[in-house]
Amino acid sequence: MSGLELINFYVIPGLISGSIYALGAIGITLIFGILRYAHFAHGDMATLGAYVALGLVGSLALSPWVALPIAMAITALVAVVLDRVFYRHLETRPKILTVMASLGVALMLRSVVQVVWGVDPQVYSTGIVRAESYGGLMLRSRELITFATATGLVLFLMAFLRYTRWGKAMRAMSDNPELARLCGVNNEAVTRLTWVIAGALAAAAGFFLGINTELNTMMGWSALLAMFAAAILGGVGRVEGAVVGGLVIGLVEELSVLVLPSQYKMATAFVILILILLVRPQGIFKGKVL
Amino acid sequence: MDTLGLLNYAIFMGVLIGIYALLSLGLNVQWGYAGLFNAGVAGFFAVGAYLSALFTAPPVPDRIMGWELPTGVGWFAAMAAAALIAWPIGKVTLRFRSDYLAIATIGVAEIIRLVLRTEDLLSGGVRGITGIPRPFGDLPYEWSQLAYLGLTWGMVVVIYWALERQLAAPWGRMMRAIRENELAAAAMGKNVEARRLEAFILGAAIMGLAGAVYVHFMRAITPEAIDPMMVTFLVWIMLILGGSGNNRGAILGAVIIWVIWSSSELLTDRLPAEIATQAKYIRVFVIGLMLQLVLRWRPEGLLPEGTHVRRSS
Repeated sequence: MSGLELINFYVIPGLISGSIYALGAIGITLIFGILRYAHFAHGDMATLGAYVALGLVGSLALSPWVALPIAMAITALVAVVLDRVFYRHLETRPKILTVMASLGVALMLRSVVQVVWGVDPQVYSTGIVRAESYGGLMLRSRELITFATATGLVLFLMAFLRYTRWGKAMRAMSDNPELARLCGVNNEAVTRLTWVIAGALAAAAGFFLGINTELNTMMGWSALLAMFAAAILGGVGRVEGAVVGGLVIGLVEELSVLVLPSQYKMATAFVILILILLVRPQGIFKGKVL
Repeated sequence: MDTLGLLNYAIFMGVLIGIYALLSLGLNVQWGYAGLFNAGVAGFFAVGAYLSALFTAPPVPDRIMGWELPTGVGWFAAMAAAALIAWPIGKVTLRFRSDYLAIATIGVAEIIRLVLRTEDLLSGGVRGITGIPRPFGDLPYEWSQLAYLGLTWGMVVVIYWALERQLAAPWGRMMRAIRENELAAAAMGKNVEARRLEAFILGAAIMGLAGAVYVHFMRAITPEAIDPMMVTFLVWIMLILGGSGNNRGAILGAVIIWVIWSSSELLTDRLPAEIATQAKYIRVFVIGLMLQLVLRWRPEGLLPEGTHVRRSS
C-alpha cells in the first residue's frame, strides 16, 4: 500500500471521525470539568441534534448546511431545559446521582427520536458524492466542510474561553467553584452557558456524523465511549485536550482496521481509555482527575 | 386466555422476575453497599448466560466447547467468568471516582456485545446456541416450568440470605462506612479500594449467575436475545425504585417494574400495527421518566435502607 492510499483510506476518514469525536468530547470535558459529572446523555443529545437538522431539511426544504446552525441553537436550548428539569435539583446530592439521571435522559432522548423519526436509517440528501483529487488526496466537499467547521468552532471556543469575561468565569468555576463564587462569578449563569456550548457542539457532532455516513437512532450512543475516551485522554476540563484526544481516537480507530477485524473498531477507544487510566489518568494536557 | 394458559404465563413471568431480582441484588451489592455505578449490567449477564450455555450444551461443529457438563458446573463457571471480567476493570478504575467505572462498564458491555456478534465460533452465529439443558427439563411442560420457578426463587432466597449475612457482618458495616465517608474510613485503616473491588466482583458474579439461570430457562440464546441498554436500565430502575441498600427493596423493585414492563407490553401488542412500534418506544420513555421521578421525589426508594439496618445491627 502506498503512502497516498494510507492517507486516503485511513488517515482522512480518521481525521473526519476524529473531528466529530472532538466536538462531542469538548462538551463532555466542559461538563466533567465545570459541573463535575460524566454526562451520559451526550451521545443521544448529538443524535437529537442530527435529527432536528433532518427535520428542518425535510419540512422546510432547507439545505443541510443552513439547517446546521438552527439545529445547534435548538439543541442548545434543549440542553439548558434538560439541565433545569432533570439535573439541577440533584446539585446538592452526590454527583453520581446526576450521572444516573443522565443515563435515564439518554434513554428518553433516544426514544423521542425513535417515536418522531422512526428507527430506519436516513440521510440528509441522496445521491453519491464523488471525491475530488487534490494532488492525489481524495476529498469530498462535505469532508472539507466538516473539517473546516470543526476547526472554526474549536478556535472560536478557545478564544472565547481565553479572552472574554464569561470564558474566564467558566475557567474559574472549573478550577474552584467556591472561590469563583466568592469572587462574584454567577455559578448559575456559568452552568447555563456550559450547557449552551455543550448542546450546540453535540448537535454539530451529530450532524457531521450523519452527513458523513447516515443517521440512525443509535449513532450517538455508539460514539459516546469514543467521546469519553477522547475527553479523558486529553485531560478532563481541557478543550485543547478534547480536540487532540478526539483526533487520536479517530485515527487509531481507522488505523486499527489494518491489524484487527473491522468489527472491533469500537473497542480501540476502550483500550485507549483503560491504558490512559493506567499510565496517565490526568491525560495528555494534565486535566483533572476526579 | 384460559386458566391454564394464564397460569403458565404467570409462572413464566415469575421466573423472569426471579432472574431480574438476582440482577437487582447483584447491583445492590455494587451500588447499594459500595456506591459503585455499573452501567454494564447486561454485559455481565450475557457473559454468565453464554458461559453456562457453552459448558452444558451439546457439542456442535464450528463452535467451541459444548461439553455437556452438569448445569451446576455451568452456573459456577458463569459466576467465575463474570467475576474474572470485573476484576481488571475494577482494579483499573476504582482508584478514581465512580464516574470512571461507569464509563468503563459501558465499554465492557459494548465489547462483550461486539465479541458475541462477531465470533461465530463462540456464539454459534445466527443459529445461536440451542439444546441447552434445563434442570427438571424432562418433566411434563407445566411441571417443568413450575419446578424451574421454584429453582429460580430458591436461588433468589439463597443469594438474599447470603447477602444479608454479609451485610450484617463487619464487612457490611465497613462497606457502609466507606460509602458514607470514604476519608474517615480510610483514616480508620480500612482499605477502601480493596473493599470496593470486592463489592464490584461479588455483584458481577451474581449478575453472571442471573445470566446462567436465564439461559437454562430459555434453553437457547442468540446475540440479539439481550438488549443491553434495556436490561441494564430496567435493573437500575428496579433497584432505585425498590430502595438501594435494601435487599428486600431490590427484590420488591424487580417485581413491581417487571409487572409494569410486561403488562404494558401486553397492552401495546394489542394496538394497531402502525402505532404499536411507536408505543414500544414510548414505554422506554416512560421508564426513563420514572427514574427521574423517583430520583426527584423518593430517592430512598419504596423500602429505604435505614429501617432495615436498625433491625439487623
